[in-house]
Amino acid sequence: MYVTDTIAAISTAVGEGGIGIVRISGPEAIEIAEEIFKNKKEKSLIEVDSYTAHYGQVIDPRNQQVVDEVITLVMKAPKTYTTEDIVEIDCHGGPIVLQKILDVVLHMGVRLADPGEFTKRAFLNGRIDLAQAEAIIDLIRSQTEIGLEVAIDQLEGGLSNKVNQIKEDIVSLLAHLEATIDFPEDEIEDFNPEQLGDRIDGALKKTSELLETSQRGKILREGLEVAIVGRPNVGKSSLLNALLRENRAIVTEVPGTTRDVIEEVINIDGIPLKIIDTAGIRKTEDKVEKIGVEKSEKFLKRADLVLLVLDINQGISAEDRELMRLIKSKQTVVVANKFDLDNNLDLEVIDQLLPQAPVVKTSAIENQGIDKLEDVISDLVFSGDIRASNQTLITNMRHKNALDRARQRLLDVQQTFERRLPNDFITIDLRAALEAVGEVTGDTIGEDIIDQIFADFCLGK
Amino acid sequence: MKNYDIIVIGAGHAGCEAALASARMGCKTLLLTLNADHIALMPCNPSIGGPAKGHIVREIDALGGEMAKNIDKAYINIRLLNTSKGPAVHALRAQADKHKYQFEMTKVLQKQNNLDLKQTVVTDLIVDNQQVTGVKTITGMDYQAFKVILTTGTSLNGKVIIGDIKYTGGRQGEFAATDLAESLTEAGIKLERFQTATPPRIDKESVDFSKMTIHPSSKEKIQFSFFQPRQEREDVPCWLTYTNHKTKQVVEDNIEHSPLTTGIVEGEGPRYCPSIDRKIMRFPDKNSHQVFVEPEGLHTNELYLNGLTTSMPEAFQVDIIRSVPGLEEAEIMRPGYAVEYDYIPPYQLQPTMENKVVQDLYTAGQINGTSGYEEAAAQGLMAGINAVLALKGKEPLILKRSDAYIGVLIDDLVTKGTNEPYRMLTSRAEYRLILRQDNADLRLSSIGHRLGLISEQQYQQVEDKRKAIAKNLEKLNDIQITPTKKVLEALKELGSGGLKKPVSLATILERPKIDYQNLDKFTSEVPEVTPEIAEQLEIRTKYRGYIDRQLSQVEKFKQREDKRIPEEIDYQSLDNLRKEAREKLERIRPVSVGQASRISGVSPADISVLMIHLEELQRGGRQDD
Ligand SMILES: Cc1cc2nc3c(=O)[nH]c(=O)nc-3n(C[C@H](O)[C@H](O)[C@H](O)COP(=O)(O)OP(=O)(O)OC[C@H]3O[C@@H](n4cnc5c(N)ncnc54)[C@H](O)[C@@H]3O)c2cc1C
Ligand SMILES: Nc1nc2c(ncn2[C@@H]2O[C@H](COP(=O)(O)OP(=O)(O)O)[C@@H](O)[C@H]2O)c(=O)[nH]1
Repeated sequence: MYVTDTIAAISTAVGEGGIGIVRISGPEAIEIAEEIFKNKKEKSLIEVDSYTAHYGQVIDPRNQQVVDEVITLVMKAPKTYTTEDIVEIDCHGGPIVLQKILDVVLHMGVRLADPGEFTKRAFLNGRIDLAQAEAIIDLIRSQTEIGLEVAIDQLEGGLSNKVNQIKEDIVSLLAHLEATIDFPEDEIEDFNPEQLGDRIDGALKKTSELLETSQRGKILREGLEVAIVGRPNVGKSSLLNALLRENRAIVTEVPGTTRDVIEEVINIDGIPLKIIDTAGIRKTEDKVEKIGVEKSEKFLKRADLVLLVLDINQGISAEDRELMRLIKSKQTVVVANKFDLDNNLDLEVIDQLLPQAPVVKTSAIENQGIDKLEDVISDLVFSGDIRASNQTLITNMRHKNALDRARQRLLDVQQTFERRLPNDFITIDLRAALEAVGEVTGDTIGEDIIDQIFADFCLGK
Repeated sequence: MKNYDIIVIGAGHAGCEAALASARMGCKTLLLTLNADHIALMPCNPSIGGPAKGHIVREIDALGGEMAKNIDKAYINIRLLNTSKGPAVHALRAQADKHKYQFEMTKVLQKQNNLDLKQTVVTDLIVDNQQVTGVKTITGMDYQAFKVILTTGTSLNGKVIIGDIKYTGGRQGEFAATDLAESLTEAGIKLERFQTATPPRIDKESVDFSKMTIHPSSKEKIQFSFFQPRQEREDVPCWLTYTNHKTKQVVEDNIEHSPLTTGIVEGEGPRYCPSIDRKIMRFPDKNSHQVFVEPEGLHTNELYLNGLTTSMPEAFQVDIIRSVPGLEEAEIMRPGYAVEYDYIPPYQLQPTMENKVVQDLYTAGQINGTSGYEEAAAQGLMAGINAVLALKGKEPLILKRSDAYIGVLIDDLVTKGTNEPYRMLTSRAEYRLILRQDNADLRLSSIGHRLGLISEQQYQQVEDKRKAIAKNLEKLNDIQITPTKKVLEALKELGSGGLKKPVSLATILERPKIDYQNLDKFTSEVPEVTPEIAEQLEIRTKYRGYIDRQLSQVEKFKQREDKRIPEEIDYQSLDNLRKEAREKLERIRPVSVGQASRISGVSPADISVLMIHLEELQRGGRQDD
């Protein structure tokens, strides 16, 4: 038989700083908690109702010492997160006490959970779908608060709901078409072409809208790669310092990236900005290493956003022009630095070479214009305000690819429809679209269409 | 001592095909049936074909089965359905002269070499050590054989229900097989219950056809079989009328007598054959339902009321019928009834139709949880073929979902099971553009030929067709059409757009409004072909893009089908499978990753886990070498 052992880990409730939780899940969770937990009423945890909290103390059985005062929450299978018995021990004692409680639990023969193992169990036991499981992984890795919000939305089924809406649209359309095909002698009203076209367009629109969020989704999850470029001495490193002073990044170490390429992560309005190749910029002492044009080229390719720093006082040099031409195709913000000095900048040149780029005047030294710069960056990313609307975003590549394929197939459907081919041909790509959509939540299409046929139509003789 | 190679029990649609295939493939075959006057009886609608079902009939023909030929001898009304919905779903449907159908099939069986036909009731399987070795009969005779094919339809523990009356019986007028059901249970086979029902039959003399719409037979020379020359025949029309508010009233007033309310019928019934009571109660907004009035044959006055299935008490059946225009004075000759029966949930089946629990026992037809003559015949044919192949120590014949509707049917049964009597639908087939009824011969007759069920001459006929298609396609591609005045005029006349550069004749044919017949407006070189070949050329040019797309889907599908799962795999040891998936995989034990992915409750994530495990097994295996 498939047996699961009992696992435990420290897991701190989202948003509740201060309280730490040791969570135990598995067939022996309650028995083990019972052995280390003492409460005044002496009622056994094994007998208590599911979803009840109990006040008491954790005792280390090795020396009978009280470890901490705690509240123990007992949740019984199968209506729990993992569908197994779960005990959560909440304590206020800070990290060291938490560690101690975990130690006591592990001493009882419980295994330390692997990262994400509770979620894995929830998924394996059919408690959550694939999209939700992935959301939790995102949550664990999330670098920013907005990323966290998106992950939570997905966890609550936001993405699954959106995808299921698309799926329902397609299934009901298919069911209708299939019903007329499989029951030609029954009286099912055939689609008139207009209705059919509208229904196809509707599904396509929903899919496209969801897909459009994927770019922003990626930014929120992975952050924006930003290159600060400019001639030597225009104030790049001063600018970076100014930005850093105001915005301590939540995470400075980005997993999976090489430290010497990305040095700093700045957090602006919840968007992580990863500054590429700051190593060179920071070496202000060592004037030997200058950022030359050819070196800029290399990392410019990668950047999602370029901050071009110019020296207001010196005006635009030939080197500046060359840089501008280089970054023409990039989303750029021109930072006109040293605003505190005399202005010799010819704005028309910028307008000509980088017509799309907003220009922000700053003084890195005097900390002027930095807020404005942040606003401009933030606006560029959101182009509107996505924070307030709490949208469902696609943050996962797998989801994006699947939806991309679905959209492609729906476009084919549209084409088939426009060519006025018989309905059977419409069903071919419609089915392929459905299959792709189902990949997001991890469902296979089985009897859905046939069930829908019989639910919607009075068929058969 | 074995008296026979193969014994088939029950001469219904499944049993006839099984016995014929077995005898024709050279095995000494015995067909036992409880009433020799009821061979190939159609206990329900005397009609064969329709979407997906018609496809199956043609596939049976291409494999060398009998059903297509038999209905072609016996039909009295035939039509091609779905003509506007695309070539893949064109479907032949024929009304049979029910008695002629039986009579013709009986003749074929009786003339067949290697085949003995006997009337008797089989009471027991002789099972020795989970292997069937023969059968016992009610008259005390035992027969021994290497393989036994069970095709007893609805007779296992059958109960007939009309109104409040419920009695033991198979189809109306037949015994129920109670002993046999017990014998199966004893052998360890699990049985569950289904039900199905049939409408009343009425006397033609009591009907006023002037209040109905006539549906004549098609005048086109169409038929099911690819191989048997078409015979001229007398045809008769069907008639269409509708239920109305009065019908609704009768049903609503007497709903307490409907099995829906009384709960007298056990087991799940088919959703696609709802009783009139169910239709009225489930779709209360619909005030009228179609009733097709169909003759049961040329030599009987009985008419079948397609759309008025019910097993209400007979008195209310009269009221229901008489509420319908044209049937005001109708006299019932046989009341409608429901039958409730045991079937073998098909997860106990292998894709060869052999039982997983009892070796050498094959089952086919309604006993496997399906419904319909065509579905039964297809399974019978496959069970017969595979029993013979196994007996001769040859590779089994397992059709893929991309090969035939028959492949879809059997794969659905063994992989997905069914919770209502299973009926074939075109929407069950993923690759239906390839599984057309017009190309069943091209798809399957080489298999029939290899098995010895299709004669050399028939096979040549199909190969000639294949060559003619290829040759003429090439010609169409070679012939160039230049935008001359004549060509442009012809295009305009046909409502098609202009033409700038010279193109091939095939490209012209691709255009939506242009048929093969019109091609001579563009050139005098149009290859002269039979209408059959012309149809193939049209389909292959007009829908080429879609066909290619499906073919590439089929390629992907085949890759997964070819990824075999070792028989001894231990699903309990695969930690990362979801619980539900583990249970389902354990029960069905799929043979390939492809099959596993179709099991409901097995998600793509589970499949990934399975694939990783197989990959590891393979690597581990290599290290061991
Ligand atoms: C009342 C009724 C309503 C139906 N309604 C529909 C419908 O609406 N739509 C639809 O598609 N299909 C319907 N069917 C189903 C259709 O008739 C069957 O699916 C099809 O005939 C099954 O073929 P078969 O070969 O499996 O079994 P059958 O055709 O039933 O043949 C079984 C044969 O086995 C013989 N037999 C049984 N027991 C024994 C025994 N112990 N020993 C020897 N011989 C035995 C019987 O005499 C019979 O000849 C209905 C059937 C019935 C009875
Ligand atoms: N007046 C003035 N001087 C600045 C400003 N920003 C940077 N500097 C000075 O310009 C010089 C070069 O700055 P630095 O940041 O090292 O430039 P980098 O080479 O582009 O990184 C330093 O002496 C800074 O103090 C500014 O906004 N105003």
